[in-house]
Amino acid sequence: MSIETIISQFVGGLSVSMLLFLVASGLTLIFGVAKVFNFAHGSFYLLGAYFSYQAIALFNNFWAGVIAATIGAGLIGMLLEICFIRKIRGRSEEGAFQILLTYAFILIIDDAVKFIWGPEYKTIQKPPSLAGTLEIGAVSLPKYNLFIIVLGIVIVIVAWYILSRTKTGKIIQAASTDSQMVGLLGVNVSMVMSLVFGVATAMGGLAGAMAAPLRTVTSGSGVEVIIESLIVVVIGGLGNFWGALLGAVLIGEVNAFGVLWLPQWASLLSFVVMIVVLIFKPKGLLSNEPTRKKI
Amino acid sequence: MSDILLVQNIDSYYGKSHILFGASFSVKKGETFCLMGRNGAGKTTTFKNIVMLVPPKSGEVIFNGKKITGMKPYHTARLGLGLVPEDRRIFGLLSVKDNLELGTSTGRLGHWNLELIYSYFPALEEYQERMAGTLSGGEQQMLTIARTLMGNPEILLLDEPTEGLSPVMIKVLKDLVLKLKELNTTILLSEQNIKFSMAVSDRVAIIDRGHMVYEADVDTFRKDDEIKMKYLSV
Ligand SMILES: Nc1ncnc2c1ncn2[C@@H]1O[C@H](COP(=O)(O)OP(=O)(O)O)[C@@H](O)[C@H]1O
Ligand SMILES: [Mg+2]
Repeated sequence: MSIETIISQFVGGLSVSMLLFLVASGLTLIFGVAKVFNFAHGSFYLLGAYFSYQAIALFNNFWAGVIAATIGAGLIGMLLEICFIRKIRGRSEEGAFQILLTYAFILIIDDAVKFIWGPEYKTIQKPPSLAGTLEIGAVSLPKYNLFIIVLGIVIVIVAWYILSRTKTGKIIQAASTDSQMVGLLGVNVSMVMSLVFGVATAMGGLAGAMAAPLRTVTSGSGVEVIIESLIVVVIGGLGNFWGALLGAVLIGEVNAFGVLWLPQWASLLSFVVMIVVLIFKPKGLLSNEPTRKKI
Repeated sequence: MSDILLVQNIDSYYGKSHILFGASFSVKKGETFCLMGRNGAGKTTTFKNIVMLVPPKSGEVIFNGKKITGMKPYHTARLGLGLVPEDRRIFGLLSVKDNLELGTSTGRLGHWNLELIYSYFPALEEYQERMAGTLSGGEQQMLTIARTLMGNPEILLLDEPTEGLSPVMIKVLKDLVLKLKELNTTILLSEQNIKFSMAVSDRVAIIDRGHMVYEADVDTFRKDDEIKMKYLSV
C-alpha cells in the first residue's frame, strides 16, 4: 500500500474520530459529573443535523446551520436536564429511571424529527469554501475533513484548558468524584450539572451539523451514533474525558484502515477492539481509578 | 454573648429509622461547643441536619436569627456554615492548592486566604502542587479543615477531627484549634476523645442514642466523672 493511501486514509479516519469525540466526550462528561448515562445523547447529534438543515434552508449559509445546531441542541439538552433528569436525581431507583427517561427521549426526539421534517433523507452541502481538496505533494486531502480535524483539535485544547486550568473545570473534576462535598463548599452543583449537560449536548449538536455533509441526514442516525459513542467511552473508560479522545481516535482509525484491509469485517471491527480492550483493561484504557493522574 | 446557631427540637430519620429525638442546643458567637457521644450516638447526623445534607423531619435550625431549615446545603455554606466532614472527603485527584481554592466557592470575604492558610499550615504550602490523595491521614485532616476555612465560615463544624489521628497529629490539631479560638472563631465540635474535648471546648453537651442528655460548661464537665462513665466510656 502506498504512503499516499495511508496518509489519506489516516486523515479520513481522524476526521471521523473527531466527530465521534465530540459526541463521546459529552457522553462521558455527563456520566462523570452527573452520574447519568444519557442514552439520548445521539439524539442531540440528530437534532444538530436537522437544526442545521433548517437554518441552511432559511439563511442559505452553512455556518448559520452550525451555530443553530450547537446552540439549539445545547438549549434543548439543558431544558431536558432541568425539567426531567434533575427531578429523578437521588431517588432510590434512579438508575432504572434514567434508562427509561433517556430512552424515552430517543423515541420522542426521533418521532418529533420525523413529524417536523418528514421521513425522507436530507442532504447538506459542504460550504463552498471547504468544498475542494488540498494537494500536499502527491496526496490530495479533502479540505472539509481537514477542517473537522482542526476544529476537533481546537475543541480538545479549549476543553483541556477549561477542565484543568479554570475554577469551573476544577469544580467539574471535583464534582465527578464527590458532588455532595462540592456542594458543601458552597457550589450550586445542580447548576453546574445543567451547564455540563448544555455544553455536552451542544457538542453533540455541533457534531451532527459537521457530519451532515459527509453522511445522509436521517432520523435513525442518532441511534447509530450512540452505539459508536458507547463503544468509544467504554474503551476509553466511562467518565474519563481523555479516554473519550483516545477511544475515538482508536475507533476512527481502526475503521478507516479496516475498510481497506478487512472490508468484509469492517462493521465488526469496533466491537472486536472493544472486546480486546475489555479483556485486558476491564474498566477501559483510562478509567477513573484513584491511581489515575489529573485530567 | 449572642447565639449564632440554634438547633431546636430536631427529629431526624434515615429512611424509616429514627435517629435524632428532639435534639436542641445552641452555640454562642466565639465559643467552642463540643458535642460528645459514643459511636453511633448521632453526632454526625446532627451535623448533617444543621447543614441540611439531611434535612430534619421536624424542628428548626436557626443561624444568625434566620431560619435555614430546608435550604440546600450549598446555600447554608454560603451563609457561613463550614462543615469539615469526619470522613474528610478531600478531592484526591486534584492538587492540594486546587482543593484549597475550591474552598473559596462560598464567595464569602474574610481574613482567610491562601497566604494566611499557608502560614497556619506550612506543610500544605510545601505540598501545594501534590495530588491531595497522596497526603498522609493527618495532612489530609489539616487540608480538609484548611479547605473549609478558605470559605471564611462564620461557624466551623468539626466532625470528630481526631478520629484515626496519631497522638502527634492530635497535638498539632489541638494547637490549631486553640489558635482558631484566639481568632474568635466559633466552633461546633463533635468528639469522642474526652481529653481533646476538655482541652479545647468552652461548653460540652452529650448526645446518647439520639437524645441530648447533658449540657454543661467545660469546668463542670471536667469534674463530672460519673457522666463520663455513664455516657462516654467504651
Ligand atoms: N446513611 C445512613 N443510613 C442509615 N442509618 C445511618 C446512616 N448514617 C448513620 N446511620 C445510623 O444513625 C445512627 C447515628 O449515626 P451517626 O450520626 O453517624 O453517629 P456518630 O457520628 O455519633 O457516630 C447510627 O445508629 C448509625 O448506624
Ligand atoms: Mg460520626
